[in-house]
Amino acid sequence: MNFQSAGAASPKVHVAGLSKSFLRDKTELRVLDDIHLDVRAGEFVCLLGPSGCGKSTLLNIVGGFDTADAGRVEIEGRPVTGPDPRRVFVFQEYGIFPWASVWDNVALGLHDKPRDEQHRIIRHYIELVGLKGFERSFPSELSGGMRQRVALARALAVSPDVVYMDEPLGALDSLTRLQMRAELLRLWRREKMTILFVTHDVDESIQLADRILVMTPRPGRIAEVLKVDLPHPREISSPEYNRIKNRLYELLGVSHAI
Amino acid sequence: MSLAPIAATAGAVLLIVVARKLRDPLPKFLLPLATAILFLCFWQFAAEQAQYEVKQPDGTKRLVEIFPTPWSTLVGMQKPIMDGTLLRYAIASIYRVAIGFSLAVLIGIPVGLLAGWYLRGFQAINPLIQAMRPISPIAWIPVAVLWFGVKDSSAIFLITLSSFFPIVTGTMTAVQTIPLVYVRSAKNYGLGGFGLFRYVVFPACLPQIITSLRIALGIAWLVIVAAEMIAVDSGLGYLIMDARNANYYDRVVGAMITIGLIGIGLDFVMRRLELLDDVRWGFPKVNS
Repeated sequence: MNFQSAGAASPKVHVAGLSKSFLRDKTELRVLDDIHLDVRAGEFVCLLGPSGCGKSTLLNIVGGFDTADAGRVEIEGRPVTGPDPRRVFVFQEYGIFPWASVWDNVALGLHDKPRDEQHRIIRHYIELVGLKGFERSFPSELSGGMRQRVALARALAVSPDVVYMDEPLGALDSLTRLQMRAELLRLWRREKMTILFVTHDVDESIQLADRILVMTPRPGRIAEVLKVDLPHPREISSPEYNRIKNRLYELLGVSHAI
Repeated sequence: MSLAPIAATAGAVLLIVVARKLRDPLPKFLLPLATAILFLCFWQFAAEQAQYEVKQPDGTKRLVEIFPTPWSTLVGMQKPIMDGTLLRYAIASIYRVAIGFSLAVLIGIPVGLLAGWYLRGFQAINPLIQAMRPISPIAWIPVAVLWFGVKDSSAIFLITLSSFFPIVTGTMTAVQTIPLVYVRSAKNYGLGGFGLFRYVVFPACLPQIITSLRIALGIAWLVIVAAEMIAVDSGLGYLIMDARNANYYDRVVGAMITIGLIGIGLDFVMRRLELLDDVRWGFPKVNS
């Protein structure tokens, strides 16, 4: 039931039967239980769930930072053994280095490239995320939204296969968050990336994702997969949008009418 | 004469009150200046209490100082200042601290980085370091003299030894408290080995390293005087011992003041480091 139809091509990211437990106060706490998921190339997939449902743990395992107790994680059919520059993470905050300028932050994944190429790539991506003129600025001099743009530029600069995003807009104020969603979609379409995006924000997932995987809290399971078949820009007052929204709230066990 | 301190105290207080009325906030130098004046006043006052008169054979009276007043300190320092002894001794002390401290930096930072990064390394050397750290550098003086003789190298060894521990401990702690997300980012982007240290571990720790260097330099300056009292024949510590043996207490106090002023200077230089672009992020913004 949890397998998505893979279509003709094999999936980019393939997770099967993944489970994970933590030991807490000598009792075993199951955080992830028999997770199956596929992400196809070029797809934008959201993992939606309440806080503490294990979605970040799942992302960390898929990204190679953590290991599972059982199950498989494969990228294009090859098992994941650790972090890899072809698949980069964008964290909620503090992912960029406060000691380095915008330029040096974006240069992080490019140190073994020839200097000319390095400079060309850095310049290109800084401009792409709209930070031209801020090359010499330090993160402490930038707003939250601009910092997250730096993180995006740094990620895109290594031309990654897959980008994992762990609530990347969670620390921003609500207006900046809306702007950054639009920005993210623009970059996603332009760079033809595959994105696996963790969020607990229902609207965020409907606005961004091709598919939404809804997770249940502890032990984390994938309760349902919703396809969002709406063209961008998505009209938040459309009946289809609201149908999905109601369904998501229902799955998460809360009512959005307050 | 003993009205002077009271007058000066009143003056200092008045100065603050007036400045308080005149403008807000206070000029930055005012409070430190007032404190300094107050201190000089109390010093003058206390020294005067210890003065006594003696009748000389010819019937005249002479004032004998047990402890020098600020003024007699200045007079007593005239000779060492004018003939260059003070400058030469100050340079000798600074030179020893510079060499000894540099050695401690060159050994302490790499050792701290490695021991902070590799758990096994930490487990291996940390107990030894923590056991040696509380041993006063003064206790090492006889050992230093035995190993290096009454020479510069003795004092330099003591400086290196005493500044090594705060540097290595500070650096280790800095590495151990690097936020996980930085290390993950670095590994994610393919950094490992030297690159990881060069671009992430070292810069992430640099603010804390600079703080530990500041502490270490303070200790080094503290220790140099003690080391020079026994192990060499130049420097500010030597000046104090030498003046004491000749009963020139004005010079003892003068040398103490010189040591304090140079100490402020060294700390000032270290604080400037905190303003560098690469480390500014790690220090809270203080508007002083």
